[in-house]
Amino acid sequence: MEYFLVSIFLIQYVRSSLQTKTRFPAQDQILIYARGMSIALIGLYYVFNERSWFDWFWHIYTVSLLLYLYKNEAFQSLRSVIQSFIPFIAISVMRDLVKVLFPVTYDRIDYIFEVAISAAFILCFVIWFYARKQQRILAKEREERLREEEASKAQKQSLEYLVNERTIELTMQKEELQKTIQELKSTQNQLIQSEKMASLGELTAGIAHEIQNPLNFVNNFSEVSVELCQELEEEMDKITMPDADRDYIKGIISDLSQNQQKITHHGKRADSIVKGMLQHSRASSGEKEPVDINALADEYMRLAYHGLRAKDKEFNAALVTDFDAAIGKANVMPQDLGRVFLNLFTNAFYAVAEKKRLLAASGNRQDYKPEVKISTKKFDGKIYIRIADNGTGMPEHIRSKIFQPFFTTKPTGQGTGLGLSMSYDIITVGHGGVLDVDTVEGEKTEFRITLPIS
Amino acid sequence: MRILVVDDEEDVKSLFEQKFRKEIHSGQFEFSFVFSGEEALRFLGNNPSGVVMILSDINMPGMSGIELLKSIRKDYPAAPPKVMMITAYGDNDNHDQAMHFGADDFLSKPVDFNELKVKLLNTL
Repeated sequence: MEYFLVSIFLIQYVRSSLQTKTRFPAQDQILIYARGMSIALIGLYYVFNERSWFDWFWHIYTVSLLLYLYKNEAFQSLRSVIQSFIPFIAISVMRDLVKVLFPVTYDRIDYIFEVAISAAFILCFVIWFYARKQQRILAKEREERLREEEASKAQKQSLEYLVNERTIELTMQKEELQKTIQELKSTQNQLIQSEKMASLGELTAGIAHEIQNPLNFVNNFSEVSVELCQELEEEMDKITMPDADRDYIKGIISDLSQNQQKITHHGKRADSIVKGMLQHSRASSGEKEPVDINALADEYMRLAYHGLRAKDKEFNAALVTDFDAAIGKANVMPQDLGRVFLNLFTNAFYAVAEKKRLLAASGNRQDYKPEVKISTKKFDGKIYIRIADNGTGMPEHIRSKIFQPFFTTKPTGQGTGLGLSMSYDIITVGHGGVLDVDTVEGEKTEFRITLPIS
Repeated sequence: MRILVVDDEEDVKSLFEQKFRKEIHSGQFEFSFVFSGEEALRFLGNNPSGVVMILSDINMPGMSGIELLKSIRKDYPAAPPKVMMITAYGDNDNHDQAMHFGADDFLSKPVDFNELKVKLLNTL
């Protein structure tokens, strides 16, 4: 009977404490068989009327069960408990051996065996109880460790989250710094560029001054020569001479006079260009004065055109003007408005030149005719100026940025990205007007200036 | 009227002589030409009371027109000649300086000879 209790208890204990059903299914199966074996044996024990020889089956069964449990790696953690069953089984086996081999002796000392077996049986449960206590403490510790682990896991997670957050922050800062560096670099480039432009402006002013003096002489001497021709003609009338000779000489004088007038005319043209250069290179006076808008636009259109022609001999474009003669003079800042015209015309010429170049590169549309058109109109107290070209046009994402400072589509070093933003300020802030743009990509661009006239 | 023209450009002489041919011919104007500020002061030293009007360029090598103007105003306070300054186009600083140091009038290049003629005749 003890064997049954011991084996069943051992099997149940192993199964429940190790959770073999889920962790070791193969071993669990064997343990279930063993349990069946225990029940079968107890059943047989009673069937055979509790014969003492039956105990030997129990011995074989319990020893093999113990050996199995002891040898199998899966039950290593329970070895101490399993060991506690050894004395009980060993003493039982010894008792039966003595009983069979030395029946006489056995009868004398059977009470010792009985006591020993009872002690071993109790020992089993004491050790088991002790082990269970131990295990409970262990389980408690394990639980605590698990809880700690959980806590540290949570902490780790929060730390990781924090690190992530910091990383994102740092990445953003890094990106911002890179952007700033990029901006600084481009600003530096702009500064170098504008420094160059400034020195070029000064140079232009210097050259213009130097040219103006000799030009003044050309103009003055040609003017005075015209007067001299007139005087000469008057003096001729005082002298008597054959009419044929007189006509011949007068013809020569008239040619001379005409030549001098031509010199004066072209000298004046050069003079106005020099004046334009001086005006442009000088800082704006910031004062409005009555200006012939049509003449100003025309002058700067030609300046921009010849500026581009000077750089690119191939360049050619039709200049179409449609001026409203009724505009007359309007109160504007001539240098500033001149800059606006220069920028818009330079851009227009650049756009048509670029389109021509692109078409030539792709090898089609040789019939493209570059055209830049300026039209002015006075209507309802406002002056409307349109500068249109049939050049490359702009896509929407460029169009939306063209008035931003430092935005340029030209290759590095060719554009400052300041022209249109400056123009925008001059028209809107300086003159209280409107500057807007209408464009079709690949087709045309039209800048519209609206100036109120007080 | 004796007029002293001060300009470092020597062609100014023939230009004035041709422009004012009639006036010179009729004896209304009598032009003298010098080509530097220093020369102008020497000329004035030699002809203390003869010169009525001085036309001077401002930008000249050596003594500038403004310095010449200062010397004239300092050395000849008793019988001051009229001084008319000529500067390059639209030079506001020179204009203000010239007026500040006592110029009587101011012309900017290129000189409008008709305007100059009217001014000179008015001075007569």
